[in-house]
Amino acid sequence: MAAVCFMITLVLYIIATVSFLSYSLRRSEALSQVSLGLTAVGFASHTFLLGARMFAASSAAPPSFSDALSFFAWMIILVLLVVELRHRIHVLGSFMVPLALVSLVSAAALPDTEPTLQPVFKTLWFHVTLSMLGAVGFTVAFVAGVMYLIQDRLLKSKQFNVLYSKLPALDFLDHLNQQSIVLGFPLLTLGIVTGALSAQFARGSYVSWNPEQTGALVTWLFYFIVLLGRLTIGWRAKRAAYLTVIGFACVILTLVGVVLKGHSTLS
Amino acid sequence: MHLIVVGLSHKTAPVEIRERLAVPESRLGEALSRLCSYPGVKEGVLLSTCNRVEVYSVVDDIETGYGRIQEFLADTHLSLSSEQLTPHLYWHTGDRAIGHLFRVAASLDSMIIGESQILGQLKNSFEVALAHKTTGVIMNKVVKKAISVAKRVRTETKISEMAVSVSYAAVELAKKIFSNLHEKTVLLVGAGEMAKLAARHLIAHGVGHVRITTRTPQHAVDLADKFGGTAVPFDQFKDDMASADIVLVSTGAAHYLIGAEDVHRAVEERMNRPMFLIDISVPRNIDPAVRHVDNAFLFDIDDLKHRVEQNRAERVQEAEKAERMVLEEVTTMLDWMKSLEVTPTIVALRNHVDGMKRAEVDKVLARLSHLSPQDRELVEGLASSIVNKLIHRTMVTLKAEVNSSSGPAFVEAARRFFSLDRQSPSVQPIETCTESPSYQTESSAESGVEDPAPETSIHRRVR
Repeated sequence: MAAVCFMITLVLYIIATVSFLSYSLRRSEALSQVSLGLTAVGFASHTFLLGARMFAASSAAPPSFSDALSFFAWMIILVLLVVELRHRIHVLGSFMVPLALVSLVSAAALPDTEPTLQPVFKTLWFHVTLSMLGAVGFTVAFVAGVMYLIQDRLLKSKQFNVLYSKLPALDFLDHLNQQSIVLGFPLLTLGIVTGALSAQFARGSYVSWNPEQTGALVTWLFYFIVLLGRLTIGWRAKRAAYLTVIGFACVILTLVGVVLKGHSTLS
Repeated sequence: MHLIVVGLSHKTAPVEIRERLAVPESRLGEALSRLCSYPGVKEGVLLSTCNRVEVYSVVDDIETGYGRIQEFLADTHLSLSSEQLTPHLYWHTGDRAIGHLFRVAASLDSMIIGESQILGQLKNSFEVALAHKTTGVIMNKVVKKAISVAKRVRTETKISEMAVSVSYAAVELAKKIFSNLHEKTVLLVGAGEMAKLAARHLIAHGVGHVRITTRTPQHAVDLADKFGGTAVPFDQFKDDMASADIVLVSTGAAHYLIGAEDVHRAVEERMNRPMFLIDISVPRNIDPAVRHVDNAFLFDIDDLKHRVEQNRAERVQEAEKAERMVLEEVTTMLDWMKSLEVTPTIVALRNHVDGMKRAEVDKVLARLSHLSPQDRELVEGLASSIVNKLIHRTMVTLKAEVNSSSGPAFVEAARRFFSLDRQSPSVQPIETCTESPSYQTESSAESGVEDPAPETSIHRRVR
């Protein structure tokens, strides 16, 4: 059942990705509704998939990394649909759906590694969920940053092409960037705190400086500086866009760190 | 009954001819009455704008009708002889006349494709014609349809979406930098005409604050009053630049007034909030090196013109889509025109009531199975006689009015009373005789258009 749901979701996201990408390259607006419809149906199926997994997994079992990635993809689509409903910026899908797709594919491709920590008081669930929500915030910031840089480049070089006409205004993208970090940062903070607590319960030490924890702390520090810079000395607009792109690389490296850690303990 | 259009436009006649033929609005009604006083001219609408003078008319006979309208146009301006006029005139009839009107209304025939004024002008001309009772069933329907086609084209294509004037292109660009122009400040440096126009467009799109500076302090104060803004002394405007989100420059200065350093400082002061600079002056007043300043977006007159050219090209593409829509709509219009012919209506009416009678009789006879064949015939005879008596006057009137000017009105009325438009002329089952939904939507759509919205029409009279 879950496998069928997964296949349906995957296929729908693939078609939606293709549809959204061709939407962003063509002048016609017709594809936007098709793409959104496909995404919404895919999202429904995805929701069902996650629900089924939740139901099947006993609460005592720790969340697997692939489930976390699947949840991450689901959240990205959710954010996309919410922003779409509020602001009607269809081109956002051309950036977010492919990311969700990559995440979902990685969820399927990665070996099902169990976390090294034994769950105590379900803190691990909180840790995984909160960290992933933080990562979603940074991903949206990254997407807004990339869109900002593209639009900035197009305006500077006076290339008024199709993408120019579909991308939203610069200050909207900058605002989206800011909001995503403002929401993502406290979530990541809580994610790290709950992670440290879990580690303390399981191993008796808060920090053990493995790739995952190092990555997470570096990421946290980076976004802390980015946020501070924005609020105090005007690190906004183009600079903020560049910084969030770099920050996203930290997020990805941290996630890779999680996988590596899983492998190292397995071997 | 033939629909005909005779006229000239910017495509066929030079302005010297157009301006002499143009009918001022005050004399429109009188001209229309004169047009309809010609024998054989049943209905008329006169569209007179700076780019075209066209007579749409319903005439008895095409050839004589064309002659009459030509005569009418020549009479409109006595200094213009028919010989001078005829080479510039074009004329269409039937589907091509309808198509022409639809294209004109949808601004596909305009000098600037997609401009919206023409629709207002057409509505206006139609109102005048209505007021002088020079339109009838056909003209009313065709013009209303033209208006709805124009609206459809505007909503379903992007034909009038893109800026095609330099001053408007500035607004379009501003919207790609600032999603919301409210709370934004525009600084107007110098008072060139185009800059003032652009500022006006920006204000119309919600820009909250206007600051103005000119070399002559009094001039700035006057302008500030006009725009509802504040005047800034000319020697201080550079320090003031950081408070402006949009800087519009057009002065007569022969050198750069604003250098890259100034903009850099302003952006820094603004904590890197983006700045939009428009330089409409020739020679340029903003150093082109500003392009390299992050978060400052400089556009000069050529950039704006380039954008306008692109938009024009896009409009032409959209126009192709619109042309297809027009073709579609002409077909539906032609179907309606055909339905106004008397004979098919009589046949349809006959079939319609016969079908109704058949169904009712069959229903009753099924229940009265005990009747003898003679009694059955009696029942059928009774039904036929009632039906025939009911439609008798309608039939007679339709036949009598075939050639009168109100013929189409009678046909239209008959078709509506008996809801004949839902059916093909063949016998239809009884179920379809009930209230036809297409009729309802049609009439409601019409009443929507019929409402001429007098308060908006005043604006449209500007041109």
